[in-house]
Amino acid sequence: MAKMKLYIGASSPAMSSEMKTGDWGTELAYIDKEKCIACGQCITFCPEPATSMVEEGDKKYAVVDHDYCKGCWICFTVCPVDAIEMKTKEIYKVEVC
Amino acid sequence: MNYFGPGHGACPGCGFPIAIRGAIEVLDGKVIAVNSTGCLEIVSSMYGRNTWGVPYIHSLFENAGAVAAGIETALRAMKRDNEAHVVVFAGDGATFDIGIGTLSGMMDRDHNVIYICYDNEAYQNTGNQQSMATPPGANTTTTPVGKLKPGKTGRKKDMVEIAVAHGVPYAASASIAYPKDFQRKVKRAAEFEGSKYIQVHAPCVTGWGIDGKLTVEVSKLAVETGLYPLVEYEYGKLVKVKKLKQRKPVEEYLKIQRRFRHLFKHEMGKEILEQLQKIADENAEKYGLDA
Repeated sequence: MAKMKLYIGASSPAMSSEMKTGDWGTELAYIDKEKCIACGQCITFCPEPATSMVEEGDKKYAVVDHDYCKGCWICFTVCPVDAIEMKTKEIYKVEVC
Repeated sequence: MNYFGPGHGACPGCGFPIAIRGAIEVLDGKVIAVNSTGCLEIVSSMYGRNTWGVPYIHSLFENAGAVAAGIETALRAMKRDNEAHVVVFAGDGATFDIGIGTLSGMMDRDHNVIYICYDNEAYQNTGNQQSMATPPGANTTTTPVGKLKPGKTGRKKDMVEIAVAHGVPYAASASIAYPKDFQRKVKRAAEFEGSKYIQVHAPCVTGWGIDGKLTVEVSKLAVETGLYPLVEYEYGKLVKVKKLKQRKPVEEYLKIQRRFRHLFKHEMGKEILEQLQKIADENAEKYGLDA
């Protein structure tokens, strides 16, 4: 008989990270790491969260995890230095002849 | 590890995940989350797709207050009440309409629970039906705009005042446009013994008819027009209010939302606009919003 592991309630570890919501939107956020001042606004406001802070030597900047970015533009609107650019995904770029 | 998300099913631009994550993070994940039926339950507890990194329970629409009270009592009986905060996350439908009985009972018995209501001003999970949190004039599927009626009639219930009337030690309203302010309020609430009530304004992109990128702007405008005053009560006394340097006319908040667009062409729209401006003015006077 196959054994099954039962979780009571939702006491299991968070499993939703298997659901890659990055393919939902038509745009993805890209952060310009030169412009980023590591204020953390995009991390506070990201509903996912898809943004996180990384350190590279003495430079700190935010990065977007495109596996989960739904392209909602919230980070774009709250960024104080306009370091975030929303780019349309390649598959949505339709050439009209 | 993340306490909430990523990978949940909320719409792009949804407001409440910002509040939920902020609340759990500021309490360092020491949270037992109790959730009533609503958007939050649907997007975060799909089978095999659990979003929560903290213990979580969902029972019914109406009994989040009672479930939280039970958990809190059990923790106390086991002498484990110092291990976690019992936090309820409920929508405005569950708080203002369906669950007000058990919420009132919880506050009456003064259980040590933080009750956080994310207020998106209608039953957005089932497709925008009016609740008692819906502001006047809003177009919903149960208060449709027609020749005779310009959307919802009647005022939005002041749930913070109702919580204060129960004599709770702490009650506050917050907005996702000011997440640091909201997090400070959650942290402050955790310091009190007894029932705490926090109501956080969280826009719904589909129900309100706004673009995802307007989420923060809309909730900021609700505060800046005086329609959603950010107040804080401790033991029934008003201790803190977010002052506004220049209060904006309510039209600025209303005109960018689809649910209010009829107000600008409907023949009874002017009355509703005046009523909403009157509510904002009353709020300003009552809480002293104008700096």
